[in-house]
Amino acid sequence: MTRDEIRATVLRILGEIAPEADLTQLKPDVSFRDQLDIDSMDFLNFVIALDEELDVRIPESDYPKLSTLDACVEFLSSRNTAKEGS
Amino acid sequence: MPTLGADMTVGTLLAWMKKPGDEVKRGEIIAEVDTDKGVIEVEVFTSGIIEKLLIEPGAEVPVGTVLAIIREPGQVPGAEVSTATAPSPAEASKPVAVSPSQVERRVPISPAAKKLATELGVDISRVTGTGSGGRIQRVDIERAAFAKPSGVVVRDAADERQERMRRTIAAAMARSKREIPHYYLSTTINMSNAMAWLAEENLKRPVVDRLLFGVLLIKAVALALHEVPELNSVWKDEKLNLCTEINVGVAISLRQGGLVAPALLGTDKQNIDELMKTFRDLVKRARAGSLRSSELSEPTITVTSLGERGAESVFGIIYPPQVAIIGFGRPMEWPRTLDGQIVLRPAIKATLSADHRVSDGHRGSLFLAAVDRLLQEPGKL
Repeated sequence: MTRDEIRATVLRILGEIAPEADLTQLKPDVSFRDQLDIDSMDFLNFVIALDEELDVRIPESDYPKLSTLDACVEFLSSRNTAKEGS
Repeated sequence: MPTLGADMTVGTLLAWMKKPGDEVKRGEIIAEVDTDKGVIEVEVFTSGIIEKLLIEPGAEVPVGTVLAIIREPGQVPGAEVSTATAPSPAEASKPVAVSPSQVERRVPISPAAKKLATELGVDISRVTGTGSGGRIQRVDIERAAFAKPSGVVVRDAADERQERMRRTIAAAMARSKREIPHYYLSTTINMSNAMAWLAEENLKRPVVDRLLFGVLLIKAVALALHEVPELNSVWKDEKLNLCTEINVGVAISLRQGGLVAPALLGTDKQNIDELMKTFRDLVKRARAGSLRSSELSEPTITVTSLGERGAESVFGIIYPPQVAIIGFGRPMEWPRTLDGQIVLRPAIKATLSADHRVSDGHRGSLFLAAVDRLLQEPGKL
């Protein structure tokens, strides 16, 4: 999966969690939890959706690496690359 | 029309899910009603056969109006039946035939969602349902409508709903502050054990089974109520009425604004995994606008938690006729002295707002102490 595809997947999941949000205004380098008012239940649902759609296991200790859109894409791309290389 | 809160006076029947002659079981959903708290699924509290549907979809009726007559097993058709609420004579004597098409509307789209789709001009054939079995819910329609370039109409509908909800919250909170003599207590709880246990548990679990910190708090509150049962009660007819069930209501903020506080029924009897599942389901349904009547009518106490990004503490306003609300602030680092050194421990501030007509500060303190003690042994929750 390319970085663009990962970014599109992340945005789609965020759109399902925060349907009222205008994701075109999302700043990619600022915490999306703050921008979209994502609470702990929303964030758990976000991680569950990433796990299901990208087949990437994300331990709680890696949650800080999912703080911004850019960070998410970076982290998920690296996990995806590692998986494909194994 | 069930009462779903102290300040609900009327509700609008949106649709019947059953027709005369249908068999219903206790807890089954038979209708959807529109209230100031959103669209609610109405459950029945007895099993039997639907004998008559008394109210037509679209009718606004006062709380307490009998909506339908159910013949219990063994009763002869047409025999006198008992009803839980006093019927409005004019409406009760007006049987209404329900066509099969009205019943068929429930699948795969909820009547409320269908109504909203019509209002907003959303083509339901293009909407993917996220409800049980792919059922289209209001939130799916709102999502589809938001995706439309002409989203102005949606904002109008959403604004109106939010205004109604704010009015309901305002009425309940003003009444609470006017009538209930609140007292407030606060304590800081060391969460080292709870946090460590949670981290260890979640490391072992697939993501879908992971636990949230808030579930431990809810379960600790439910168990602590066994020790101070007067906080699990309602103030009615100028006296304390102890509740036999512990149904902790949880304050859930809605994305479009406002909040609801539906109950996790039988909170103390659910193990931590069950509670997490029901909590997750409850939040999902609260935000999708598909709560059930029992979840809104039966909370016996409320928990409000501000979560990881909230303030340090919250002093809640009691939701009448309940007599207490427990607030939890965000987890924080708490400086303590240990062997002459200052050390940091994860902690949380717990507050109790309670009705002084029912309890006093001593009992409230015992309750908070019980919550603290229970959270020190999270594996036993």
